[in-house]
Amino acid sequence: MGQPGFSTNDNELNQPVKNRGKNIKMAPFIVIILFLILAMIGIGLGEPSQALNQATQICLSCIGIG
Amino acid sequence: MDLLRKWVQGLFFFMTNGYWNFPVTRSIYKGPLKVVCSPGLNCYSCPASTTYCPIGALQQLFAGIRISIETGQFFMGFYVIGTMGILGGFVGRMICGWACPFGLFQELLHKIPSPKFGIWPLLRYMKYILLVFMVILLPLFAIDEFGSGSTWFCKYFCPAGTLEAGIPMLLLQPALQANLGWLFLLKLSILIFFIIWAVLASRPFCRTACPLGAFYALFSKVKLIKVSLDHKKCTHCGACHDVCPMGVHFNESPDDMECISCLSCSKVCKQNAINLGIRGLSIANQYKKPKVKPI
Repeated sequence: MGQPGFSTNDNELNQPVKNRGKNIKMAPFIVIILFLILAMIGIGLGEPSQALNQATQICLSCIGIG
Repeated sequence: MDLLRKWVQGLFFFMTNGYWNFPVTRSIYKGPLKVVCSPGLNCYSCPASTTYCPIGALQQLFAGIRISIETGQFFMGFYVIGTMGILGGFVGRMICGWACPFGLFQELLHKIPSPKFGIWPLLRYMKYILLVFMVILLPLFAIDEFGSGSTWFCKYFCPAGTLEAGIPMLLLQPALQANLGWLFLLKLSILIFFIIWAVLASRPFCRTACPLGAFYALFSKVKLIKVSLDHKKCTHCGACHDVCPMGVHFNESPDDMECISCLSCSKVCKQNAINLGIRGLSIANQYKKPKVKPI
């Protein structure tokens, strides 16, 4: 049985406790933060209101009518 | 886990298509929830849709980028791209397998009894071409005399838009039938083509033509939650090859850009070598050894 809060993967459990955290890569967090900053810039520019405005109108040419 | 995935797919279907008053209003939902990004491909002109489609919104923003700059608004699509990137960074194409209504539609079609076929692997690259040209470049650079672009992917290709918005709107507002022309026939033909193909092959639109899936696929190596392979346990028996709906050979390419993290492979892996994890920490492993009765 693994420790509570840890993996049930045998390879990870066989590692020393201090090395387990090293399996967690930083790249996903960096990517998420970068896109979060991008989204915040968009919010600062007022893009959500533009997206909302577009999404509440039926674009007939977009759906092949007209 | 498969049952859980079906429940999650159903939940996302109803969350992104939760406006059921449309038979009365005969129009689309126009409330504030439409500021929220739909994780999967879900046309925002669908009468029941409560969120915006990231691919549609992105094309609209790119098509009007010159006008927005001229008017000093500078709408570049940062909000939409940022939202898509956050989703991609967390789960990548897991969205295709767990949260996309059009993916669910194709899965249901594939359950119809018929001869089943594979898909030529090189066709997977078509979706990247569609993403680059029809979603980004053509809306940005193919402009009319007023400096406005067009939503090329939605207008000329998207079968999800025809199914979820085009046909329902024609039924709700019969007067629109006067506007029908070659464009609708083209889009209807593409929809019928993909419906027939989805009966014969697994998830053909996801594998060959979905620009949203192509975008999420770019995160396959860096997403936070991903299916991983324990190389020490894997015996390369090939059991995972036969069950993958996306044609991935998981033991050969565990970071494959086609993987939608549906966990079909994990279910059949008798070595427990395939796990869903958060960057190295396993959170789910679903193969259960058959119970043996004591003699």
